Amino acid sequence: MTDNYVGKRVKRTEDPRLIRGLAHYVDDIALPGTLHVAFVRSYYAHAKINSIDTEAARSAPGVVAVYTGQDVSGKIGPVPCAGALPDLKVPDHRVLATNKVYFVGHPVAAVVAKDRYAARDAVDLIMVDYEELPVVTDVEEAAAGGPVIHDAFSDNIAYRLTSGEGDIDAAFAAADRTVKQRVLHRRLAPIAMEPRGVLARYFPGEEELTLWSSTQIPHLMRTQVALMIGIPENKLRVITPEVGGGFGSKLNVYAEEALLGWISMQLGKPVKWIETRRENIQATIHGRGQVGDIEIAFKNDGTLTGLRYSVFADLGAYHQLLTPAIPTLTGLMLSGAYKIPAIQMNITACFTNKMATDAYRGAGRPEATYIVERGLDLVAAELGVDPAEVRRKNFPQPDEFPFHTATGLDYDSGDYETALNKAQEIAGYQQLREEQKKGREEGRLIGIGVSTYVEICALGPSQAMPAGGWESATVRIEPTGKVTILTGASPHGQGQETSFAQIAADELGVNINDVTVIHGDTGIVQYGIGTFGSRATAVGGTAVFIAIQKLKEKAHKIATHMLEADASRVSFEGGKYSFEKAAAAAAAGTSDPVVPVGEAPAGALPEPQTDGKSSLTLQDIALAAHVAKNLPPDTEPGLSATYFFEPKNFTFPFGTHIAVVEVDRETGDIKWLRYVAVDDCGKVINPMLVDGQVHGGIVQSIGQAMYEEVVYDEQGQLLTGTLMDYAVPRASHIPNFELDRTETPSPVNPLGVKGVGEAGTIGATPAIVGAIVDALAPFGVQHLDMPIKPENVWQIINRG
Amino acid sequence: MIPVEFDYKVPATLDEAIALLASDLDGAKVLAGGHSLIPAMKLRLAQPQLLVDIARIKSLSYIREEGDQILLGATTTHYQIESSDLLKTICPLLPECARSIGDVQVRNKGTIGGSVAHSDPAGDWPAAVLALDAEFVLVGTNGERTEKAEDFFVDLLTTSLLPGEILREIRIRKPSGRFGQAYQKVPHPASGFAVVGVAVNLVLNDDGSCKSAGIGITGVAVKAYRAHAVETALAGTNLDDNAIAAAVEHVCDGINPNTDLYASGDYRRHLAKVHTRRAIQSAKARVQ
Repeated sequence: MTDNYVGKRVKRTEDPRLIRGLAHYVDDIALPGTLHVAFVRSYYAHAKINSIDTEAARSAPGVVAVYTGQDVSGKIGPVPCAGALPDLKVPDHRVLATNKVYFVGHPVAAVVAKDRYAARDAVDLIMVDYEELPVVTDVEEAAAGGPVIHDAFSDNIAYRLTSGEGDIDAAFAAADRTVKQRVLHRRLAPIAMEPRGVLARYFPGEEELTLWSSTQIPHLMRTQVALMIGIPENKLRVITPEVGGGFGSKLNVYAEEALLGWISMQLGKPVKWIETRRENIQATIHGRGQVGDIEIAFKNDGTLTGLRYSVFADLGAYHQLLTPAIPTLTGLMLSGAYKIPAIQMNITACFTNKMATDAYRGAGRPEATYIVERGLDLVAAELGVDPAEVRRKNFPQPDEFPFHTATGLDYDSGDYETALNKAQEIAGYQQLREEQKKGREEGRLIGIGVSTYVEICALGPSQAMPAGGWESATVRIEPTGKVTILTGASPHGQGQETSFAQIAADELGVNINDVTVIHGDTGIVQYGIGTFGSRATAVGGTAVFIAIQKLKEKAHKIATHMLEADASRVSFEGGKYSFEKAAAAAAAGTSDPVVPVGEAPAGALPEPQTDGKSSLTLQDIALAAHVAKNLPPDTEPGLSATYFFEPKNFTFPFGTHIAVVEVDRETGDIKWLRYVAVDDCGKVINPMLVDGQVHGGIVQSIGQAMYEEVVYDEQGQLLTGTLMDYAVPRASHIPNFELDRTETPSPVNPLGVKGVGEAGTIGATPAIVGAIVDALAPFGVQHLDMPIKPENVWQIINRG
Repeated sequence: MIPVEFDYKVPATLDEAIALLASDLDGAKVLAGGHSLIPAMKLRLAQPQLLVDIARIKSLSYIREEGDQILLGATTTHYQIESSDLLKTICPLLPECARSIGDVQVRNKGTIGGSVAHSDPAGDWPAAVLALDAEFVLVGTNGERTEKAEDFFVDLLTTSLLPGEILREIRIRKPSGRFGQAYQKVPHPASGFAVVGVAVNLVLNDDGSCKSAGIGITGVAVKAYRAHAVETALAGTNLDDNAIAAAVEHVCDGINPNTDLYASGDYRRHLAKVHTRRAIQSAKARVQ
């Protein structure tokens, strides 16, 4: 054990290859003879396909094959949905449209050609005879009985669900006051910098298929694609090379992934498809998409007594992997950071003629936090008290944890008031309020928004997950003393190649450069679940930690044997197993590999020399374990350990975000003055990685609050189909972040970590909207829907 | 995101370029920085059969002071203008406008000639060249002619360039006397193009009153335009707040402002007034 790395700002070992352009994404992998796929996609939101004429395309130069829905019918199974809700309607979602198209971007045919250009040209040669059908894009219209999208069903309601605990009617009946507000969560496009992409290569001799895909879940995808295309799971290998961002959009199994694999099997050639940005906005899942009404019951002293949220969830035309589950995650987090005795959520989830919604950074929780935090601002406004004080009044105290919510969760640990106090102190909250007051007298419109969020991470116990909530790790020490970690989590930008190496280097007392973290290859790594729901460190990192403990038990046994000592007298310190008396001397520093690089012996490995030694390095022991000539009785050769960690609960990070903005009276422009965030994600492995996650999360929140919205018109045409229309925030749109932390360890795992990948996207949005609304309070504004654009602000000011 | 097939030629001289264009008057397009044309081609909105790349014709890239004129070669990049010490001194509106375009990569490739010849209704350069009352030198098989900027911008993505003609040079009368300039822009958060862009070239009399004002507006209408009514209203005034406020009321005279997802016509009209006022005030404050 050392403390050289954990808790330190260790630079990301991933970055040099990324920064220098030496990393490999799917499109960087070039196999000889690769064919390229382009898709014909529907430009109607809802239409019957009368016929598809592929004749001209098939005979076009360079074209190898064309496949339509009819061609693959009965050969490729439906695109999977893991949602298991009572009475859920599951449309038959085929990889290519068969009789009807249901949204703009719906794949209708695939062209395979010798290069991307020929494939793209041939797309224009395919003539689809469409017969337009009535379109429904508005979720409430879909619920109320608009045009029915799926012939198999009588209406567009995929499911209805009521959840929550406590007597909600009594709570409202007994309340001193109530507030009510309609709240919109617009559709957002995740816009990973690297779009999706698949390269498939079938080996006819071995009857094996390898799929390189830009995914967050290589193992789950392997299982699902194997089932879809009928290849044995152990003959399918999924490799995720570098993944340029996922944000949940690659926590899925898409039609293209199965189809490319199947096409490669048909043609016996490698086939590649790289999504264009237009396809990415049309046909990669969207996030959010809820229209809901929130009602809060409370006492005159600000004590919350009940919360009801009735929501229409816009699922889009089909279910992708987790589509129906996302609104239920909103329901889980409706207690926020507060004691609310009665909570009810009523979901009406509907099909619309749009791309499916699914997990986008936060996945249902940003909606919950936004609703609760906006709600508390309304309560504060109703009572005429400071929004921070309403929050403070309703926090559970640290000694009330585990804290049971009326949504059925047990929060692991928390100290919400300390985080609030710290954020207020950093912001100079009282002074800000005074400046705001003074500013208003001078005609300046300054707004301060506060959000005291709690979120749910480390997804999760298997009981709560559709396909396992554990994570796996193998740790092995190679004969040369190098440490290899295989993690079932599939990090894709979060930095676990670094943070897991930090954990291992400290636990094993080795140099971090001697640790390599391998992930994202089902041919190498034991089965894993993947990276999403801020789970990789809390669940996957814990698996690494416990696997190391197992490995050390074995190493200890071997050390005791080699040192011919009594087990109780051998201890591990500073990367060495030592007799007690020698422990202090051995403790200094980390140990070097026993076989220095570049001096590898020819042929046989050297025999470990133990004669007269009072301590052995882990590398000595690894070598002894591999040479296997002097092992204790009944000991397996080799030095590795595998552990599958099943968490007993989720973790619940929290924090306080404070946003300060000023509005330009004339133009409605919103200018940043301050942004303070105090986050508590439990124990921190690498503060720099945590900062980076918080930065990115807040930026995406700024996008949602002020810029981003996927817009379809009434005909289901996508109006924000390029990055010329869909505004993702740039450096010039974001403020300087003043970040700090509190640290409340989680009791759920031995590392005490909670997770931080989504905190920014969950905690920041309500603070930003709260600040803008607060700036406009002199105009009687209590709520504005996102994205709040300067024109919205101008209209309010202009209205007077 | 893949264009249709096209031919690509790199002429060494302007004459060669003109000959190439003449060889296919319907299908040929001039390529300079490529920052307007290539995206349109990738979306297959533009499908030229032949691209004549003039970016490597060295004689088309220059910034020169000649007599009372500033001469800009058509393929001079935004970055060259942005970083020109000469222009910062004699016509700072040009570097200021250049700085507001796109990002570093765009400014390194994109050219002033390409931008004005594309006549994007939200491009930045059209506002500046209108405010400066620039002249364009157009050359084709029938020789050379000049066209005032105001006559050059005809409609949405349409200029007075005849088939086969190439924009060779932009000529600007060197500002003299007591002048001040400013470019004020509201960038679209996604595209960076102007939701409203206002270029002002103000010349004062010795007594501080307004001798003349050139005001170019982009982003508001189907094409960039000169706000003549504002210019006229300002002339002869002492440019106090009241005079400016009264003048900018006319910025959308005869214009039906664009509406899009980001800004309605009403809001655009309002922004045009506010930013025209701010640009005039800024130009006035900069008068030496």
